Amino acid sequence: MTSIARKKELVSRLQTDILRWQGFKLPSAQTQAIGLGAVEKAFPNGVFPTGTVHEFVCGTPEQAAASGGFLGGILASLMQNNGACLWISTSRTIFPPALKIFGIEPDKVIFIDLRRERDVLWVTEEALKCEGLAAVIAELREIDFAQSRRLQLAVEKSKVTGFVIRTDPQKLTATTCVARWQITSLPSQLENGMPGVGYPRWNVELTKVRNGNPGNWKMEWSPEGFIPVKEPVAIKVPIVRKLKAV
Amino acid sequence: MSKRYCAIWFRHLTTDWITLRQPDLKSTPFIFVMPEHNRMMVAAASPPAQLQGVFAGMAAADAKAFVPGLKVFDNRPQLAAKLLKALGLWCIRYTPIVSIDHPDGLMLDISGCAHLWGGERAYLKEIVNRLRSKGYDARAAIADTIGTAWAVSRFGKLTPIIKSGDEVNALLSLPAASLRLEPAIIQRLQKLGLHKISSFINMPRSVLRRRFGDNLVLRLSQALGQEPEFIQPLQPVEPYEERLPCLEPIRTASGIEFAIHRLLEMLCKRLSEEGKGLRTAILKCYRVDGKIIQAEIGTNRPTCTIRHIFKLFELKIPQLEPALGIELFVLTAPKVEDADIVQEVLWAGNPGLEDTALAELLDRISGKVGSDTIHRYLPAEHYWPERSFKIASTVAEKSTINWRTNKPRPVQLLPRPEPVDVTAPIPDYPPMVFRYKNEVHHIKKADGPERIEREWWLDKGEHRDYYYVEDEQGRRYWLFRSGHYSDETSRWFIHGFFA
Repeated sequence: MTSIARKKELVSRLQTDILRWQGFKLPSAQTQAIGLGAVEKAFPNGVFPTGTVHEFVCGTPEQAAASGGFLGGILASLMQNNGACLWISTSRTIFPPALKIFGIEPDKVIFIDLRRERDVLWVTEEALKCEGLAAVIAELREIDFAQSRRLQLAVEKSKVTGFVIRTDPQKLTATTCVARWQITSLPSQLENGMPGVGYPRWNVELTKVRNGNPGNWKMEWSPEGFIPVKEPVAIKVPIVRKLKAV
Repeated sequence: MSKRYCAIWFRHLTTDWITLRQPDLKSTPFIFVMPEHNRMMVAAASPPAQLQGVFAGMAAADAKAFVPGLKVFDNRPQLAAKLLKALGLWCIRYTPIVSIDHPDGLMLDISGCAHLWGGERAYLKEIVNRLRSKGYDARAAIADTIGTAWAVSRFGKLTPIIKSGDEVNALLSLPAASLRLEPAIIQRLQKLGLHKISSFINMPRSVLRRRFGDNLVLRLSQALGQEPEFIQPLQPVEPYEERLPCLEPIRTASGIEFAIHRLLEMLCKRLSEEGKGLRTAILKCYRVDGKIIQAEIGTNRPTCTIRHIFKLFELKIPQLEPALGIELFVLTAPKVEDADIVQEVLWAGNPGLEDTALAELLDRISGKVGSDTIHRYLPAEHYWPERSFKIASTVAEKSTINWRTNKPRPVQLLPRPEPVDVTAPIPDYPPMVFRYKNEVHHIKKADGPERIEREWWLDKGEHRDYYYVEDEQGRRYWLFRSGHYSDETSRWFIHGFFA
């Protein structure tokens, strides 16, 4: 009996160690919630992993806009402490003044507009090695496993959070990214059926989480931050099946 | 320390050049001719032609008459100057201060340079041998003054190296023409039988001045070092410059890296002592084949960190083609500014955009892919969406105005609005249906219009009525109608996508 208990303890300690080595943090006084509420619970230890690379899948410009808004909300809390971030892309359509709506100072974002896809990877890796940055966002068409592993090695050292926006969902391959997000727009709602368009509302889908639970949530962005739309219910089973089918 | 000058004289500059390009001309007599007062005159004659009595300044017809088979080329007036400039740049490997001595010579300020080649004799031999092996018939002389070096290189018969204080003895036996005088004065001196400098050097200066003018006295005192004389350097010497000559030509990337490191150590030590940092640096590599290759880097803020500047140069090393080898590295910092004093971190706050690591990262990026790729935006006081932000000039520039948030603005803005087909039944109401990229969107919710007028002082055209619309799937768009509502002329555009 005691040996089993000891084994269990050893295994659980090993698991937490492995998580720590992979960049996941234990909940502590220093880790602050980034306001995602129930979504953060999907990650190991219930903490949104910073110092790792996240992946956003957006094939259409509408999805890119939705991801941009959602990402803006996350970045706002990452950049709270006077941080700067880099936005690297080849064909950028992001409209800097709109970032302010999501709580980012647009002048804290440095945009790198490159001509070749190859340079995006180089600049992203260099930027992820730079410890002074709060986050690095890269718009990429393709990234293979080896390339993503280079990014992962860079962030493990520097603890910078990376976001890779995949603009071509046809070319999704396995990567070392900690999570794969898919954000789609939902019809907005105004109180009492008032006319006009309400706060942006999204369906936030975590299709892949390393050591966590994939799920699907409905979120709304209000000037105060993210608001869960309904009772956040993590729907685990169908997502896992969908992934296997792919 | 007394100055030392080296004068180089190319005896057959232009003819040597054409012989280099057409080696079969080496033994044939040929001349360069130029028109002068409607006559063709000889501008330069090749050594074989000179042996037969042709000299510069005689009529071309005469030369052709007594040298059978004389080849004639048209003189190119700018050729000599161009050749001298190229040769002068090549000579920078021997000294940083090289000036052109028109029409056929170079003047080098070699103070403190000769010992690097093991003494003045070896230095002079090296220069003359290298020039001769390249095919230029050169004569050179070293002396304390420009005048004496010039005179000895042209007319000296005994030794090309004149020791300090020995100018008078060297000049005594030389002809009057060696003092760089106008032809009229030389003629007058010869008429009076003063063929050599020794015959008038001891005359009172006032007598010389009265008879031959100020110029003779000036040239004489310049040659003797009693009157200062300056040369105009071909390339102005940068105040922040380091040189690294190599004993053996460098051909490998690791060799170049080592050289850059050595140069940076020298330069950065000096910069940090003076509290300065460089903004641009140029590395020039002088190759064995006479070509100069260079790499240039720029930084966003003044820096004298060796590690950082070396990283910037490291990106450029693959572009440096060493060919047969590089024999001299010169690192210059043309743009130097006062560096910020680095304060010890007391409160470990996040420096944000002021971060040195970020500045270094941006330097690396601009070094690799060009500085035009880096953009940062500040708010601009314009309602027109395309003009509502402006490019910040520096990384740390701050804005005096705030970003506007009171109107909805799309996260994605198309670089230029794209036309859409729209059904809008009622004036100034949002459209019901629009078609974009062959997809029909039924609009369920809408906000607007927000009218944005053209800024007439900037451009002309129709105003825009913007609508913030949402289709049945919850996708949100920014549409606008250009101009007023009317069935025929109103055109609709999509301009952005909301989050």
